[in-house]
Amino acid sequence: MSFIAHPQDLHFAEPLALQSGAMLRDYTLRYETYGTLNAERSNAVLICHALNASHHVAGVYEGQSRSEGWWDNMIGPGKPVDTNRFFVIGVNNLGSCFGSSGPMHLNPDTQRVYGPDFPVVTVEDWVNAQARLLDRLGIPTLAAVMGGSLGGMQALSWTLQHPTRVRHAVVVASAPNLNAENIAFNEVARRAIITDPDFHGGRFYEHGVVPQRGLRIARMIGHITYLSDDVMNQKFGRTLRAAVTEHASGYRFSTQDIEFEIESYLRYQGDKFSEYFDANTYLLITRALDYFDPARAHGGDLAAALARVQARFLVVSFSTDWRFSPARSREIVQALVKNQRDVSYAEIDAPHGHDAFLLDDPRYLSVVRAYFERIDGGGAA
Amino acid sequence: MSPDMLKAIANLVPEGSRVLDLGCGDGSLLAHLQTHKACIGYGVEIDDANVLACVQRGVPVLQFNLDAGLRLFEDQSFDVVLQIDTLQHLRNAETMLRETARVGRMGIVAFPNFGHWPNRWSVLRGRMPVNQRLPYEWYDTPNIRVGTFEDFAVLARKNGLHVRDAFGLQEGQRVDFWPNWRASTAVFQLQRR
Repeated sequence: MSFIAHPQDLHFAEPLALQSGAMLRDYTLRYETYGTLNAERSNAVLICHALNASHHVAGVYEGQSRSEGWWDNMIGPGKPVDTNRFFVIGVNNLGSCFGSSGPMHLNPDTQRVYGPDFPVVTVEDWVNAQARLLDRLGIPTLAAVMGGSLGGMQALSWTLQHPTRVRHAVVVASAPNLNAENIAFNEVARRAIITDPDFHGGRFYEHGVVPQRGLRIARMIGHITYLSDDVMNQKFGRTLRAAVTEHASGYRFSTQDIEFEIESYLRYQGDKFSEYFDANTYLLITRALDYFDPARAHGGDLAAALARVQARFLVVSFSTDWRFSPARSREIVQALVKNQRDVSYAEIDAPHGHDAFLLDDPRYLSVVRAYFERIDGGGAA
Repeated sequence: MSPDMLKAIANLVPEGSRVLDLGCGDGSLLAHLQTHKACIGYGVEIDDANVLACVQRGVPVLQFNLDAGLRLFEDQSFDVVLQIDTLQHLRNAETMLRETARVGRMGIVAFPNFGHWPNRWSVLRGRMPVNQRLPYEWYDTPNIRVGTFEDFAVLARKNGLHVRDAFGLQEGQRVDFWPNWRASTAVFQLQRR
């Protein structure tokens, strides 16, 4: 039984200068907090979300069944990130579609829905916005910042943008940048959305439609890359959804009907996703992924980029994750070692691909738990 | 690792060293060096339970297979590289010895000495030794490189390494006289020439 979570909004009237040079004049951040901030204000842990997640990290919403936060197995009372000791903050990123300012909201400059005009935001911009949220909450430094995948990029970026405000960074199933293959997957997803006739150049809200076909395909391709070959074969293999009896083979001999279980699963995932996720948000967040590359300003030298890191690190990867492979996590580790920073690295031998970072692997959860147990949470909250 | 062996090895590590412990096990040696000799550094481990034990102790640990090499580490980036009861598990034991000398200004290698007299006696009687130091049967031993004190001295010389100190350890006591006969553990302190 999980605890009840309460989302909150904070409005910011101070303009946020973005990496692109654009300005976000006015914006709202939606967030949740769990646990209690101690008197020294030293036990705050910021959780950064990945592509399709939100500020709702842990707990449930009152009266809503199956409303557990996306990292509810990791965060909560007595869990690896123990909210009895830490004050945990989840925040929805700018441009997302779960309550913080995003493309579906009114542009205060034009009084028109942003749509495609919502400025391109980067991981660095998100971190700056998160830092302002902490300022408002009166939190000078974080005991830890933690995230998986794109969330791990934000955690890493925190240690570069605000090196003295972070004591520990926990970077899970992440990478120092996306490789070409990874950008390519994002581009396929974006093209699926943009070429959907219901996209209307991003102004679909005004037409009262949603580019669901594009979103479905984007989600399908994404989903394939989050799983491993082994898990997909084990879960679905070549199983037919329902063998027909008219033909001895059991096949329908149809090119368009669902024949295999994997097709049914992907379509289901795509349908579900297209009902709640915003198309412009998908474009914005995949772009933020593409652009993240802290080594770029240092001629590609990640170690040089990480020279200013002061935080201690726990880096975790999963053996069958090919979207954010262990080799990419080892690049982060190597750059930290080169700078003689305090880092531990766990490479979890797990079959679940990239998705493993959200699942209940006991080795993974116990390493994170052990790491957090040694982080000073100050006097118990 | 027995407390005596831990102390004997720790004595060889200069105060305040930057240490890389290859095959660091549960991290007890590094934890000792951090606490008592103001050392910093990393352990390298492949085993999940040991990685967890290191994190629990607050010893920075990097999980990877040493058979993949030490490319992660730069030349001469550590004062001391430890290989304590690690060598005998490595497929590429010679490469790892060279890598140890590349990465560290000093290498300390300890391993079970197959030349210890009870081992020789056992082989003379026609059976592979099974005892406290070599507790495995021949068919399930993780020790894929079994060598003697003298064998290692030859390997070190072949690789152009300078042996600063070499001795045996028997029940935690240093053995300088006939260590290849009298000690169950061989310890070498090495430097690049």
